[in-house]
Amino acid sequence: MSFQPVKFYQTGTFTVGNRLLAAEERSVQANMRRTNSINSGHRACQGCGEALGARYAIDAAMEATGKRLIAANATGCLEVFSTPYPETSWQVPWIHSLFGNTAAVATGIAAAMRVKGRSDIRVVAQGGDGGTTDIGFGCLSGMFERNDDVLYLCYDNGAYMNTGVQRSSATPAAARTATTMAVGEPPGNVFGQGKDLPAIAMAHGIPYVATATVAELRDLEAKVRRAMEFRGARYLHIFVPCPLGWGHAAHDTIRIARLAKETGVFPVFEAERGEVVSVSKIRRQLPVEEYLRPQKRFAHLFGKAPRADLIARIQEIADRNIRRYGLVDG
Amino acid sequence: MRKPFAITLDPGSSLANHTGTWRTSRPVYVDRLPPCNHACPAGENIQGWLYHAESGDYEAAWRLLTQDNPLPAVMGRVCYHPCETSCNRAHLDAAVGINSVERFLGDEAIRHGWRLTAPAPASGKRVLVVGAGPSGLSAAYHLARLGHAVSIHEAGPVAGGMMRFGIPKYRLPREVLEAEVRRIVGLGVELRLNAKVSDIRETMRAGAFDAAFLAVGAHIAKRAYIPAGSAAKILDALSVLRSMEGADKPLLGRRVVVYGGGNTAIDVARTAKRLGAEEAIIVYRRTREKMPAHDFEVEEALQEGVLIRWLSTIRQAAASSITVEKMVLDADGSPQPTGEFETLAADSVVLALGQDVDLSLIDGVPGLEVKDGVVRVGPDMMTGSAGIFAGGDMVPAERTVTVAVGHGKKAARHIDAWLRGARYAPPPRHEPATFERLNPWYYADAPKTVRPVLDVVRRQSTFDEVVNGLDETNALYEARRCLSCGNCFECDNCYGVCPDNAVIKLGPGKRFQFNYDYCKGCGICVAECPCGAIKMIPEEI
Repeated sequence: MSFQPVKFYQTGTFTVGNRLLAAEERSVQANMRRTNSINSGHRACQGCGEALGARYAIDAAMEATGKRLIAANATGCLEVFSTPYPETSWQVPWIHSLFGNTAAVATGIAAAMRVKGRSDIRVVAQGGDGGTTDIGFGCLSGMFERNDDVLYLCYDNGAYMNTGVQRSSATPAAARTATTMAVGEPPGNVFGQGKDLPAIAMAHGIPYVATATVAELRDLEAKVRRAMEFRGARYLHIFVPCPLGWGHAAHDTIRIARLAKETGVFPVFEAERGEVVSVSKIRRQLPVEEYLRPQKRFAHLFGKAPRADLIARIQEIADRNIRRYGLVDG
Repeated sequence: MRKPFAITLDPGSSLANHTGTWRTSRPVYVDRLPPCNHACPAGENIQGWLYHAESGDYEAAWRLLTQDNPLPAVMGRVCYHPCETSCNRAHLDAAVGINSVERFLGDEAIRHGWRLTAPAPASGKRVLVVGAGPSGLSAAYHLARLGHAVSIHEAGPVAGGMMRFGIPKYRLPREVLEAEVRRIVGLGVELRLNAKVSDIRETMRAGAFDAAFLAVGAHIAKRAYIPAGSAAKILDALSVLRSMEGADKPLLGRRVVVYGGGNTAIDVARTAKRLGAEEAIIVYRRTREKMPAHDFEVEEALQEGVLIRWLSTIRQAAASSITVEKMVLDADGSPQPTGEFETLAADSVVLALGQDVDLSLIDGVPGLEVKDGVVRVGPDMMTGSAGIFAGGDMVPAERTVTVAVGHGKKAARHIDAWLRGARYAPPPRHEPATFERLNPWYYADAPKTVRPVLDVVRRQSTFDEVVNGLDETNALYEARRCLSCGNCFECDNCYGVCPDNAVIKLGPGKRFQFNYDYCKGCGICVAECPCGAIKMIPEEI
């Protein structure tokens, strides 16, 4: 647990705020004067998890840095829906970059601030899973290796959603995308080794690596705050469901993220200098079916000819996460 | 303006882009009816007063509570809390201890001497209330608050009715009852004791009353024919409980048999035990499942050493023994005799077979209809005779203190309307806040607080209160277990989870508002509202 939970105030720290909590115990999002980094009127789909995750993260970063923050943004959904020329939703200093060079652009901004003697101004880079795990991977690894003073935020929705849901190296096994149709054997995306970017980031030995979901706001905010306490390269991987690409109801975005965590599909933890220092435990453990069934990208695992074998293999992946990170007590 | 190379447009904000036009359905804030409020026979706004108690404002909680029920300290002891039976929290761990919080608020009010809200300006109308039991007191309280001059005529020497003469001290200490009655009288209600009304029309005429509320209760014990020797001691439960209020305690002997299966039978058996009986045996003709007494009372009695003989009837009573016959239940669940007899030692037999109403005061009132020994009333609590209303045990309903209090409130509202030549129309009910409407993920895990209970040894020998109250810390904890079903409690979830910043936070106590210019209608706020206080409605095109 990356923050001190409030033990008992009706809803504890599960909800965004609560009128009974002292102001300092409430989340940044509960504050009437939050930055609202991504303003209303952006063109994200109904129920967009990425729009939500980006506001959570950048608002928290603005709070943690006293509003002295510059953001570099990879091309992708996040850029396209927030900043169609000439209008923008961003209420923070924000720099466009190419699909693959965000980490390098952010490194440059950090260097410029250093030259100007403005160590108070902090830099974040942000992008989707395509721009991070595939196209921008080289620049990102370089940023890690040089330990540049940048917090990199990856919003993982598991495919190239902006261009029409093509698979990325973060697409989960068996998922249907435009390029991994539900045909062949096995149908959907391959059961490969995947590209576990948090683990790769940890292998660089950088000061801080963490994962979070949009279903656990307090945890996410605490991790952004913690990341800002370090100098050097930091990486935060945020799980953001995509109603359009995953084929779930728009109102289920947070529920799906919660199920990913409660089933063990997505482990939530934080690591410092390559060592895991805390994990967010599963509160009510569920089988992976609960997570898979509401998503049309996994519909071929159910239906008329259910694929219990493939579901069992996904359950194995979840069970390995639970074992590896100790997500369940006892 | 000169623009840089390749720039042709001025920068703009996305606020120009009204994404609300995408919407096909819109979220709206609603208040739903919580199951506790729905179940409360006295019509209390339980969720409402718990909301104040949660923030530690006990006086505000008590004020909201007493808008519906003037007897919270009594309720917190004797109510069978149907609110807890229906509480949605039971689906999570255990129901909220509403009854114990109510008692805490009632006791706080007595301790601090909080005074009831002053009545409305005088209406100039006079209302007669017959009987100072829970129903009569409740009606008098509500009528007085509405500005009417109220006079209660009570046949007995003290106020309280069945709360005084039917409920033993170990469940309801008399000083608590007296404190709450005093507060009602303090509103300017006239209370005339030892003033039995024998002819309602005559009393109304003599006192120039504009309306009357009858709440005389059911005080005549039902009898059963039991062949008995001249030396056999047969008493009825009500007179035993009533005599507990006087100086001379009833003489029941060492072995007491109580006949019946209701709460009164349990009360008498537990009283006999406290008076020093070695054996207190309840004889009941059916099984525990069929027993009308509440299970927790049966359990408390068994703990205190009361014995119960199921499936038995009393056939004969003699000076120091009785003959019981064993029964079996037939296919319909009715007890049938078996012809097997047994003798039990008994110094006295107490009959607890239910009560009838003394209806002599309404003899000859035209239009007034009596059926099955109780007075018929309309949905407005008015009898067939205009201006005469009735409630409590003397009308057909469940006979509990809480139901009686509810009758008093309801009748008072209709009497008030009738006196003004109008009809009282209750406000429309909100749709129910069922468990399926909630998102229980957000509630913290919190087991129910157990109320301290007196040692069994003391319970067998004294009339000290058996169940004790909560202190401030655990009352606050218990109040905060409330899920606030169907009513916003300002957890900020909608404000936080909207991907479009389309929820406007209005500040403490003012709740939230949707910004329909930008709301895309995704419904995340509805799905993630813990208490089900938002719903989606189709957009009108």
